[in-house]
Amino acid sequence: MNDKPTLNKTLKAVLYLLPALVIIVTFSIYPIVKSFFMSFYTDYDYFKDLVYARGLDNYKVIFEDPEFWKSLGNTLLFVVGVVPLSIIISLVIATLLNQKIKFRGLFRTIYFLPFVTSVVAVSIVWRWIFHSQYGVLNYFLGLFGISPINWLTDPTWAMPSLVILAIWKGLGYNIIIFLAGLQNINQQYYLAAKIDGAGAWERFKNITVPLLSPTTFFISIVSIINSFKVFDEVYALFGGQPGPAGSAETIVYYIYNKFYGEWDFGVASAAAYVLFLVIFIFTLIQLYFGKKVNY
Amino acid sequence: MQKEALSKGFIYLLLILGSILMLLPFVWMISTSLKLPNEVMIMPPKWIPSDIQWSNYIEAWFSAPFAIYSVNSVIVLISSTIGELITTILAAYAFSRINFYGRELIFSVLLGTMMVPGEVLLIPNFVTLSNLGWIDHYQALIVPWLASIFSIFLLRQFFFSIPKELSFAAKIDGCSDFRFLWSVMVPLAKPALITIAILKAIGSWNAFLWPLIVTSSEEMRTLPVGLISFSTDAGTRYELLMAASSMIILPMIILFIVLQKYIIEGVARAGIKG
Repeated sequence: MNDKPTLNKTLKAVLYLLPALVIIVTFSIYPIVKSFFMSFYTDYDYFKDLVYARGLDNYKVIFEDPEFWKSLGNTLLFVVGVVPLSIIISLVIATLLNQKIKFRGLFRTIYFLPFVTSVVAVSIVWRWIFHSQYGVLNYFLGLFGISPINWLTDPTWAMPSLVILAIWKGLGYNIIIFLAGLQNINQQYYLAAKIDGAGAWERFKNITVPLLSPTTFFISIVSIINSFKVFDEVYALFGGQPGPAGSAETIVYYIYNKFYGEWDFGVASAAAYVLFLVIFIFTLIQLYFGKKVNY
Repeated sequence: MQKEALSKGFIYLLLILGSILMLLPFVWMISTSLKLPNEVMIMPPKWIPSDIQWSNYIEAWFSAPFAIYSVNSVIVLISSTIGELITTILAAYAFSRINFYGRELIFSVLLGTMMVPGEVLLIPNFVTLSNLGWIDHYQALIVPWLASIFSIFLLRQFFFSIPKELSFAAKIDGCSDFRFLWSVMVPLAKPALITIAILKAIGSWNAFLWPLIVTSSEEMRTLPVGLISFSTDAGTRYELLMAASSMIILPMIILFIVLQKYIIEGVARAGIKG
């Protein structure tokens, strides 16, 4: 059977691809281009699809908007708060789960549970956990003599609340990926190290960590990208507000607010493209190092 | 040997402590959802309600149009999952079994668009749907989600692992391509298809930003959007709020526990974010 592309095969392929491509072109590829142009529309009637003026004003508006910089700063704070902690905790748990222990499946299921739940619903549950007067968190802290914290109403604590929720929600995903990575490490390294008298910590530090670094790298980039896009948690935890005094306003919340709150599609598109650029840079870093760091 | 047992004990201790922290929010949710109103706001908190109030679930269900929200969520989940499976099977077959002009190019373009965050697509898609007159209709909740590049990618990989000799044999027996796909390839790819379907179902059930933007009337809301509006109405009736949250959370937990093999394998294999 010859396997060269022919016109006949191409026609046949078009029929198979048509349903998927119609949807993808209309709702993924066209909007990427359209959004880019929209970010330059300064005077625009979207109902009639008429553009009266174009320019760089939208980008000027966001770069001069202190709220935009604040939301960018908050998002970075969120990324820095979530990613390293989440990676360390999930690596430790995955390493423990990779030992010869009973109930491994059960533990894995438990840690993964939050991942399949609705962000909105669990955020509302956490709203109740964070309740300053009757929440369980303050109750437990009270047992250690810590006085009640206004988690959701004090601007200082709004971001930490968001970070706690996000770590809890995403831990299971990282653990599963780490476990898959750990299972790829040849057990003979550990055996050899044991014979040479290396302790558990030395084995972890000198075998697990370096051999796992491609996985760790993958998880950190995915976590960074996803943390940059945080929105549902903010919206649900603070009841539609971006936290007390805007202390938990993230970039996507800013985009949402410009788009759906102020109906300024041009500015919202410009902000969305800035977010895209940030994520694009991290993706390039991943592609670049992903090829280099390979054992 | 004793040292070994000691460290084993330490591992279990850490894992159990961690598990408690992971489960506590769910326990607290269910416990609160079953309490009498006067037992909700007390310190120290009561973990086991003195009188189990199943009626909270009924009250929550009728305090907001949750029946409508649920029907909407189920309709969107079923139709977008089935639709995505069909478009994915067809496209993955073309990408893995038909050698056509521009195959690699088209596939790379598709993979490239996967990097673009969904937030960039939000505004033009809203405009497109407005012009089609689909805002606040089922079409807006379903049609944009009828195809997924990620699923095509996943299934294409799986199709590659099915031996080509099978299709030669089928062709000699006079089986058409299309019939071969549905009666041989699809049954063989069942594990991958189940993974794709469950991840889609979870994503659809939990989706928030999109349904928030494309629905405006109460009749079109899905469960997460409905829950948000209920959370403002419920105020401090936390027992009702927790009952309503349970109704959204528990179906996916049950689905996960029943089919977890497919979800965990899928996540581990492809490293996706649901």
